[in-house]
Amino acid sequence: MCGATEGGLSLDGINVAKEAIIQGQVVRAGSNGQTDPVGNAYVRLLDRTGEFTAEVPTSATGHFRFFAGPGEWTLRTLAPKAEPVDTAVSAEVGAIREVAVQV
Amino acid sequence: MSRETALVTAEWVEEHLDDPSIVLVEVDEDTKSYDKGHIKGAIKLDWTTDLQDQVRRDFVDKAAFEALLSSRGVGNDHTVVLYGGNNNWFAAYAYWYFKLYGHQDIKLLDGGRKKWELDSRELTDELPEREPTSYTAQEQDLSIRAFRDETVAAIGTQNLIDVRSPDEYAGRLLAPAHLPQEQAQRAGHVPTSLNVPWSKNCNDDGTFKKDEDLKELYAEVGIDDGKDTIALCRIGERSSLTWFVLKELLGHQNVKNYDGSWTEYGSLVGVPVALGDEPGAA
Repeated sequence: MCGATEGGLSLDGINVAKEAIIQGQVVRAGSNGQTDPVGNAYVRLLDRTGEFTAEVPTSATGHFRFFAGPGEWTLRTLAPKAEPVDTAVSAEVGAIREVAVQV
Repeated sequence: MSRETALVTAEWVEEHLDDPSIVLVEVDEDTKSYDKGHIKGAIKLDWTTDLQDQVRRDFVDKAAFEALLSSRGVGNDHTVVLYGGNNNWFAAYAYWYFKLYGHQDIKLLDGGRKKWELDSRELTDELPEREPTSYTAQEQDLSIRAFRDETVAAIGTQNLIDVRSPDEYAGRLLAPAHLPQEQAQRAGHVPTSLNVPWSKNCNDDGTFKKDEDLKELYAEVGIDDGKDTIALCRIGERSSLTWFVLKELLGHQNVKNYDGSWTEYGSLVGVPVALGDEPGAA
């Protein structure tokens, strides 16, 4: 199966000890200093040379997930009416890296 | 074919939303994205159930393709405009698939669903009603489909373009990074294949790069215009997009898509495999 499910695949049935997971949520500034989840953003995973490796649309709650390899990665977030945002992240096998992105 | 005949813009689609000679078709990697909203009038094709045999690893046969398009109200004379997410990844696959079965008038929406969404254009959850047709497909056009034996024979003799990400090509990843990495097949690439990641064909918003930039991209890696070309990836969908660029936008002759791709090749017994960032020797 090769389906980029919104927000990324669920972890059900996946041996997370063998995966280098990067996941998180995309938000934008709302009223009263609150942040709102962005459910129609696209998050791209770029490798250490800046080359595109994968992309997922965010879920309704703004969440995304990648199964990367160990090493340095960049998340590039595209959202309507916002400039792209780049966020550096490192991943390692057996760990889940949580990333918050604000557009 | 050329950019003018194979691509349409979002503005063009908006102007033709009520044109009865056009059928909009969404084909997405995420097969549920249509259900949360789609372009007005668009029908959905599910690549996992509509376009693939449910027992063998192969496409639906000619009769099943005819029954599928007939039941969805697609006629032989319709202009089919395909779009999807992720740089039109699966829409380009469907484009190649429609061509395989001989559909004449077919186009991609440049930028696909992502560009449409990033432009904040309208989506609807209203389902279209279409009258059934009597669709007639052609026999598969095998001049655009490569099989494993041709791919092995092409090592060191033809252009092999592996369009996966550099880490998959080198053997550091086994699947695109939005998917779990534990897989059955060996890692690596077909020796002598050149790595031109499919994403290099597109801008960040999903539209295709200009023809001059695309020509330069393939010239830089040393694609030989005098040779036939086979594109491959992991399951044959991303390589459909590169097939589209080489054949339909740039007009290369004799370009085939190897839909068995790495999931087949990386499981074969006795074939050569190269590891690392270099193409490797024949």
